[in-house]
Amino acid sequence: MSNIYKAFENKKAFIPFITCGDPDVETTKAVIKEAVKNGADLVEIGIPFSDPTAEGPVIQGANLRALTGGITTDKVFDMVKDLRKEITVPMVFMTYANVVFSYGSEKFISTCHNIGIDGIILPDVPFEEKEEFLDLCGKYDVDLISLIAPTSENRIAMIAKEAKGFIYVVSSLGVTGTRSEIKTDLKSIVKVIKENTDVPCAIGFGISTPEQAGKMAEISDGAIVGSAIIKILEKYGKDAAPYVGEYVKSMKEAIDLLQ
Amino acid sequence: MTNPNGRFGIHGGQYIPETLMNAVIELEKAYDHYKNDPEFNRELTELFNEYAGRPSRLYYAEKMTKDLGGAKIYLKREDLNHTGAHKINNVLGQALLAKKMGKTRLIAETGAGQHGVATATAAALMGMECVVFMGEEDTKRQALNVYRMRLLGAEVIPVKTGTATLKDAVSEAMREWTSRIDDTHYCLGSVMGPHPFPTIVRDFQAVISKEIKEQILEKENRLPDAVIACVGGGSNAIGTFYNFIEDKDVKLIGCEAAGRGIDGFETAATINTGRVGIFHGMKSYFCQDEYGQIAPVYSISAGLDYPGIGPEHAHLHDIGRAQYVPVTDDEAVNAFEYLAKTEGIIPAIESAHAVAHAIKIAPQMSKDQIIVITISGRGDKDCAAIARYRGEDIHE
Repeated sequence: MSNIYKAFENKKAFIPFITCGDPDVETTKAVIKEAVKNGADLVEIGIPFSDPTAEGPVIQGANLRALTGGITTDKVFDMVKDLRKEITVPMVFMTYANVVFSYGSEKFISTCHNIGIDGIILPDVPFEEKEEFLDLCGKYDVDLISLIAPTSENRIAMIAKEAKGFIYVVSSLGVTGTRSEIKTDLKSIVKVIKENTDVPCAIGFGISTPEQAGKMAEISDGAIVGSAIIKILEKYGKDAAPYVGEYVKSMKEAIDLLQ
Repeated sequence: MTNPNGRFGIHGGQYIPETLMNAVIELEKAYDHYKNDPEFNRELTELFNEYAGRPSRLYYAEKMTKDLGGAKIYLKREDLNHTGAHKINNVLGQALLAKKMGKTRLIAETGAGQHGVATATAAALMGMECVVFMGEEDTKRQALNVYRMRLLGAEVIPVKTGTATLKDAVSEAMREWTSRIDDTHYCLGSVMGPHPFPTIVRDFQAVISKEIKEQILEKENRLPDAVIACVGGGSNAIGTFYNFIEDKDVKLIGCEAAGRGIDGFETAATINTGRVGIFHGMKSYFCQDEYGQIAPVYSISAGLDYPGIGPEHAHLHDIGRAQYVPVTDDEAVNAFEYLAKTEGIIPAIESAHAVAHAIKIAPQMSKDQIIVITISGRGDKDCAAIARYRGEDIHE
């Protein structure tokens, strides 16, 4: 079992997503430290991919900036290794199947274990294809995080029963990005999940305001925020860390109000 | 050839977001039902014959044969289909399937515009809404096809992300499908993407080799020694190969776009320069860097300008059943001009890659051997670009 459960122990989790290397590794490091200092319970680190098919324009932009800046999988590993000296909250990678596969799946996943990565989120690996990485994830104690979408319907129970770490509930159809309103009936999705597993579930896609984060955390075990943080990075670049810290604080406070 | 989970050897599969899983499962179920439904097949055959103009001719290229002095050369004339390419075979099949599934809207990606035009055509015919995603770069290179799609009632969305070419159009069409599944069918244009697309598209294109077999047996009373087709994603090639896979004496040759040569970066020859990866829903060969970032590819031919290849081709390569050879821009342009002057047939620049390889191998074969080249499309769309390649300042 990985350490992911600690992010949800007796609390609702706030989970920021940060694309590594946008605009450079030093900024990413500073941003992650600020986020953790201000209450992030689990950090989702994006390893950039040239063609991120599950992302909206904001995170696509971050991937492009990071790759243009020269980020590579090895540099991401080095950064995490460094961060682990100071940071104890669970950290997971979010990337695409080809980034893991082409690095050599065993080499990638064993490195995750060695540097203190607790889980991997691969949006282009659904339940039917998880065998590709599952055995190696088991061998090296790295959780392969399952996603559940508004269209999952009859698949929710099947996915939930085998889930590890936490479940990433996709709040809306489409790709990542901030939304003014989230319409999916998330309560009933979470209900089916809870009937089938004790693994915590957090909601992501489209969350940007403290109100939304509060609402989502109220019906689940946590809220994941990506595009809204990337927008801060877009705006402030290398000076973004304190602004991200401030934002994380406001989000975490909204979530904590529930308890 | 397909396993239940859509694998061809190690290739294929369904590497897509969870959001799309029920949509592809629904598609697979519908296809499994309709592919054996006599009424569906009757309607499709009628569309093929009455609307698209099938069967396409198998033409004996006598002048080319004599000029090259070796194997007897036949051309499978997919360029004579309605809309001018093999793309219509797949599109009519998928549009009919989508309609039976109750979908009212078709979305598609397109590179050169041939698949987009074919999809817009089928949508017009069947009274469906149509949205085509096309790389912004390609909308500029193929302005006439953009107009053609709009004339047919489709909306064309220029894709500005990434390299603004075919792979980005595929990514954007996938994103669009994720956000609107209920009424929309993604009419994928090649034998690629997640299962069941590589199988569905292959089955609709297999009519090409089914006809070649009947026609060559009638004309020559024997099977050909080799069938040759160009390969991007690989739909006309798999269509050309499929009914010959079990005939081990028939060589299957796919011609990849080598661009400026397979020793440099300006190439789109996936089998010759790529390695196994996972992208756009499938495991297959991809042009990529050491960290798995998908490489920007290049070919003079927008239709072959794609960093991957369909999973069934990847498997045919692995087991040595088919051979994939690189053909450069230069060789393709020479073949484009050669076929025009020798036979009075202007092939698509994509198809000219296959012609170029035949020009290389035919003279080394004996006169009692037979080659069939699939001319996947007509070359009118390419004339301005080829003129520019030769230094003439022509614009559409």
